[in-house]
Amino acid sequence: MSDITPQVVAEHGLTDDEYKTIVRSLNREPNLTELGIFSVMWSEHCSYKSSRVHLAKLPTDGPHVIQGPGENAGVVDIGDGQACVFKMESHNHPSFIEPYQGAATGVGGIMRDVFTMGARPVAMMNALRFGEPDHPKTRHLVGGVVEGIGGYGNCMGVPTVGGETNFHKSYNGNILVNAMCVGVADTDKIFYSAARGSGNPVIYVGSKTGRDGIHGATMASAEFDDDSDEKRPTVQVGDPFTEKLLLEACLELMQEDAIIAIQDMGAAGLTSSSVEMASKGGSGIELDLDHVPQREEGMTAYEMMLSESQERMLMVLKPGREEMARAIFEKWELDFAVIGATNDTGHLTLRHKGETVADIPLGPLDEFAPKYERPFAETRQQLPVRPEDVPTPNDLGEALVRLVGGADLSSRAWIWQQYDHTVMADTIQVPGGDAAVVRVHGTGKALAISTDTTPRYCEADPFEGGKQAVAETWRNLTAVGATPLAYTDCLNFGSPERERIMGQFVGCIEGMAEASRALAYPVVSGNVSFYNETNGVGIQPAPAIGGVGLLKDLSQMATLAFKAEGEVVLLVGETKGHLGQSMFLREIAGREEGAPPPVDLAAEKRNGDFVRKLIEGARVTAVHDCSDGGLGVALAEMAMAGGIGAKIELDPDLPAHAFLFGEDQARYILTCKREAADKITQDAETAGVPITHLGETGGDALQLGDLGAAAIAALKGSHESFFENLMGVIN
Amino acid sequence: MRSAVIVFPASNCDRDVAVAIEKISGVKPRMVWHKETALPDADLIVLPGGFSYGDYLRCGAMANRSPIMKDVVAKAKAGTPTLGICNGFQILAESGLLPGVLMRNANLHFVCRTMPLRVENTDTVFTRKYGDGETIEVPVAHHDGNYHADAETLDRLEGEGRVAFRYANDNPNGSQRDIAGIVNQSGNVLGLMPHPERVADAALGGTDGAPLFEALTEALS
Repeated sequence: MSDITPQVVAEHGLTDDEYKTIVRSLNREPNLTELGIFSVMWSEHCSYKSSRVHLAKLPTDGPHVIQGPGENAGVVDIGDGQACVFKMESHNHPSFIEPYQGAATGVGGIMRDVFTMGARPVAMMNALRFGEPDHPKTRHLVGGVVEGIGGYGNCMGVPTVGGETNFHKSYNGNILVNAMCVGVADTDKIFYSAARGSGNPVIYVGSKTGRDGIHGATMASAEFDDDSDEKRPTVQVGDPFTEKLLLEACLELMQEDAIIAIQDMGAAGLTSSSVEMASKGGSGIELDLDHVPQREEGMTAYEMMLSESQERMLMVLKPGREEMARAIFEKWELDFAVIGATNDTGHLTLRHKGETVADIPLGPLDEFAPKYERPFAETRQQLPVRPEDVPTPNDLGEALVRLVGGADLSSRAWIWQQYDHTVMADTIQVPGGDAAVVRVHGTGKALAISTDTTPRYCEADPFEGGKQAVAETWRNLTAVGATPLAYTDCLNFGSPERERIMGQFVGCIEGMAEASRALAYPVVSGNVSFYNETNGVGIQPAPAIGGVGLLKDLSQMATLAFKAEGEVVLLVGETKGHLGQSMFLREIAGREEGAPPPVDLAAEKRNGDFVRKLIEGARVTAVHDCSDGGLGVALAEMAMAGGIGAKIELDPDLPAHAFLFGEDQARYILTCKREAADKITQDAETAGVPITHLGETGGDALQLGDLGAAAIAALKGSHESFFENLMGVIN
Repeated sequence: MRSAVIVFPASNCDRDVAVAIEKISGVKPRMVWHKETALPDADLIVLPGGFSYGDYLRCGAMANRSPIMKDVVAKAKAGTPTLGICNGFQILAESGLLPGVLMRNANLHFVCRTMPLRVENTDTVFTRKYGDGETIEVPVAHHDGNYHADAETLDRLEGEGRVAFRYANDNPNGSQRDIAGIVNQSGNVLGLMPHPERVADAALGGTDGAPLFEALTEALS
């Protein structure tokens, strides 16, 4: 065993103080294996040491919540004895270094988090952020990430039904790849990770352990520099074929009464799974590493404990069930090994080649885990942008055509056509709508899913940005007719050791918490990814929110396409023409500035509940929320999807560009039959919901008052050309 | 109609096709694990879509070596209607029950979208419920659907009316002569890249795949 020098400690990403705490909790110097175990368990990635204090501010409870944060995934009740199990996670650092494998293993990891709880994954979503389109790395990264997500998800036979993609220069050196998995389980067959009891066999299943991914969790807990390409060997390689077998084998075993606890081996592999299972169960665990299935010869205890080889699970079984379980895993041609047992020592004990190579008391490992209240600086408020200070374009129609063809607003079909989004034969709303919708297999109900955040808002005003991210997913779920249930989050920020970044984090969390409370929309799972920066330049903060809602009757689902000519177009919500941080300001005026739109949560709730009721009553024919690009872009999307234009009246009290492109929140566009419009307007007024008559559908263009027009053909041409120009034509 | 759906490791459309068959025929198919050596009594054999053996080595190559395939080939040669969808088509090509190969898509990308198909031959047990030359909308989802065969084989397929489905407007994978699905000489083995089982239910936005299962149910019940 090599000596633990200060240099070795530093190489493990531990501070001097943290090392001293290790010595105190062991009452002796650790050996290298023990140091490795402490280093990954106390890494930012696994310990949430900089974020825990603030994460505690988020509401996690609600009438539907079966399991909040702290397990492999969150669980919410969807009625009829069924539950929805979901989580989102980041794989930013590995995806930047090796985009295909980084993204693929991100998908694989989040799927394991969901099926380890007994749920069959039914839908995948993602939230991707890349650098500027013309940055030399962007094309390679977009191609690799999309291919990697598809390569893994398609093979698994789980539809990838949607997501979001942004481009911004702040991601040039640090892309964000967040993957979300949604599964469905029976409420009486949900599996947890607490390894209770003593004398129960600990089982290793799945792929063999190799030397890949050692120190992955530590890598994800440091910022990049120019040599980050050298970290490529720390990226794991995915094998979706094995994962598909692991999924089927686990679900088959879960039909039997055999499993006490189960956890996937994700970041920090065998270390975090065994430590967390024993800690949660209040037990001890002894592993004999000689029995760990190994892919390579001569692996040390250190390497085995820190390997992040993919497609592995750790289970604690009821005694006597081993042979039945083994038969299932052998049928699926997977490794199955009894590698240890639980005990009542409260220690993690590792044996290798007949010797004890680590003996760590779990209490102190958990109890003394670092927890930092890092200093933070609040972001300075920016002034709102006044419409009169932004030039009105000569041709509003032309501006709209340009906007819908921009990097952030163009069609994402190039991406989602590379994902199998219809496998499992339950996809009832394909990508491109406000939310993806998948039927709960064999029932008449459906789950709606939306991932969203607006990083430029979060950077300008973290608190309002945090509110907006949560509210926008809630609104998207509402726009398809679903009742929002809960969300998962994936919080992507720069280095928490910088006060400004920590201030962004704290502001976003507090905004999210406020929105969660106002909308009765709790968070049930999530992940924090810090250190998203290269050479000291941080990203635009991106607290990605993955919301899930329930449609009790899928026949009531709303979609955004204009359905017929001669229908009335209505706008729900108030328009003040807020141009600060808008897409229009950035793309047309070339300015990234101002205060983002404020989010009035009471109005969100009131307007959203009103729209959902209209959808449930089948009183509207199309629904779309207004977000990036404002009213103009939302109308263009409805027109393009339906192949039908509309004649829109402008607001005489607002400058036309502010009316059309302001990004005021809490708004929806609806269409309805002519004869239904008066009653809807009356009901809105009764409910205190602002409603405006915008115009009527028809023709082959969007007519914008008498100040311009955009032909659907021109909109589509622009909308569909961005990815083809960037990545090349598919077919 | 008694049907048998073969399940290979990493088949992933086995459930989808079983659901469609049960919905239309009223009879639950038997799911047959690839390690079995004999099929149950069945009027229809289905090789489902998916990624058998992860598409490693070559799509369908390893599945074709599965123990059950000996009996599948024997029964298909003896005349049992046999349907191979997507990965199932690739396995049928590997087994020699159908001529040609399915190569990587010409643009090298996986493609998932709903494609218009032209029904080219309505005189098979699979296609009888479609109109002659009818255009239907069925999704594709594959990485290797680029059908290739030598010119002589292609001419023979065309001459014998064995091209069952063709991509009607644009071709998603570069397949020769826009071929989407073919039958064997006796017409009892169909391989196609598109997924009719994904459009056999109005809730999914289309039912153009249903007539295929209706035709089989009518003929085989």
